[in-house]
Amino acid sequence: MSIPGPILPTAGSPLAVQKPHARRRDPSVARWLAARLPLIVSAVVLLFFALAAIAPFLLAPVDPLAINPAQAFSAPGAGHLLGTDESGRDIYSRIIHGARPSLLIGAAATAVGLGLALVLGTIAGFGGRWLDFGVGRVLEVLFALPGLLLALVFIALAGPGVSTTVIAVGLTTAPGYARMIRAQIIALRTSPMVEAATVLGRSRTRILTIHILPNALAPLAVLATLGLGQAILWAASLSFLGLGAPPPAPEWGTMLSSGRTYLSLAWWMTFFPGLAIVLVAAAATVLSRSLKSADGR
Amino acid sequence: MSTPAAASARPPGFSGSPVRWLLGKIGGGMFVLWAVATAIFFGIRMIPGDPAEAIMGGPGSQASAQALAAARAQYGLDQPLYRQYFGQLWHLATGDLGTSYSLKTPVAQVLGELIPPTLTLAVLALLVAWAMALLLAVLSTRSGALGSALGSGLEIVSAAVPHFWLASVLIMVFSTMLGWLPPVSTNTPAGLVLPVITLALPLAGFLGQVMRDTLMEAQRSAFALSARARGESEVGVLLRHSLRHAALPAIALSGWAIGSLLSGAVVVESIFARPGLGRALLTAVTSRDIPMVTGVALISAAAYVVIMALSELAERLADPRIGAS
Repeated sequence: MSIPGPILPTAGSPLAVQKPHARRRDPSVARWLAARLPLIVSAVVLLFFALAAIAPFLLAPVDPLAINPAQAFSAPGAGHLLGTDESGRDIYSRIIHGARPSLLIGAAATAVGLGLALVLGTIAGFGGRWLDFGVGRVLEVLFALPGLLLALVFIALAGPGVSTTVIAVGLTTAPGYARMIRAQIIALRTSPMVEAATVLGRSRTRILTIHILPNALAPLAVLATLGLGQAILWAASLSFLGLGAPPPAPEWGTMLSSGRTYLSLAWWMTFFPGLAIVLVAAAATVLSRSLKSADGR
Repeated sequence: MSTPAAASARPPGFSGSPVRWLLGKIGGGMFVLWAVATAIFFGIRMIPGDPAEAIMGGPGSQASAQALAAARAQYGLDQPLYRQYFGQLWHLATGDLGTSYSLKTPVAQVLGELIPPTLTLAVLALLVAWAMALLLAVLSTRSGALGSALGSGLEIVSAAVPHFWLASVLIMVFSTMLGWLPPVSTNTPAGLVLPVITLALPLAGFLGQVMRDTLMEAQRSAFALSARARGESEVGVLLRHSLRHAALPAIALSGWAIGSLLSGAVVVESIFARPGLGRALLTAVTSRDIPMVTGVALISAAAYVVIMALSELAERLADPRIGAS
């Protein structure tokens, strides 16, 4: 007599399915992590630069403006992690301290752009046919001078400087956002929710402030993260062209601009500030993409 | 700069007769040009500062009062505002873009010399960007989840690369270290390589993101399945069915792409010391040469309007669903 052992799964039994399933769970965890790896890396990058912007002295050992001519053009190494510039200033410390102005200019420009877009988009989407037509024409004019061209024309009129840069970059990003917000508001305006509110006799202001605007703001968060990276890029371009923050300031675009003169002598002066811009812009894009897919679900 | 997704969200209204469509486009284009000219005209007069000073070489030139008055009279700046405005509109309408404050030559003549180099640069960059984006999209959709993730990462990073940094890195590697290509752009083919790559790579990143999404969607669609069921090979499905689908958003983005190339040209032309519209605009902005700024702005706005109309037309040809109803 044999003692009945554990029931062994045979090919036909339902238990047979169990085992490969259990084995499949492990790779799926790995896959789950792998799918989120870009997001995790991006979050780490953004948190690092956010910390640098809030408390640069925690991350940077040296004064970003401290001149030390004896150590000018030191290559990246033990003493200076990312090398020094033409006056012996530490590039790493300058990048860390540059995070605040660079991110602030980007954030302010995004706020200007989104704010302007929210006003224009709401007027166009909720103000009726003629206002929609009028705003549409304004947007078309703004679209016809894309990117740096609009910013440069604005700077030609208002003169260079940090505040002009913020407004100029905000202005260039506004029309795209305004078009998206308008579409969002029109979609909401014809939604059953708003129809119900209209039937209940709610006023237009109430419908706009209680039903439409709060729902239009969620996609705006996605736009803001995507826009932040782009705004930093544009603002840095203007600084690079000598139209933004003036030279001694540790701002990424300005650093790149002064490093350009010494390109063949000290590549690190140009390479690392640019890398910081690329990291932030790419991380913001990844973050906004995953926000978007989370929003879509 | 707007994102490509934002730029492609164009309002509907693409039906009706071709003649009406064309008239609408021409009217809209005229309006845009008028608005750009008007905004710059009044914008420059709202801010402090004397245009006559810019004519005499900037505030540092210490021009005498008589010289300033003579400059004002020569450029018509002493006339009443409405006369200046309508006079300028009339000149612009007849193709007279005025005289450059800093170069003292007709703006139209200067621009005429600068358009060909910029156009060469932009068209080459657009072609290279299209080819790179398409190649990346096809390769990454055909090589599974890992390839797709890799392609997506590559696209996001290249879209995040600023022109001025990419140009510096390319000069560093290919001119300073390897000595293969000149750091200053001449009109020889070798001199065009680095500027074209600098402009094309970030654009390819943007285009690739959009193309890959549509391409994957098309590969999974019912028409691709039915083509496979008819015995069409994978390559055949890709070439004959899916690619046409993936081209649509890229065509729709051409207007935006041209804009991004033109603004990229400002940076690229100044780094590579290449004559062109972008560099001329930058010089005009720093010396407050308003006729030049107006001229470049009008030219690029006109280019944008024309490209937008052409891309709508191309979309209509590539996608029979548009305008069929």
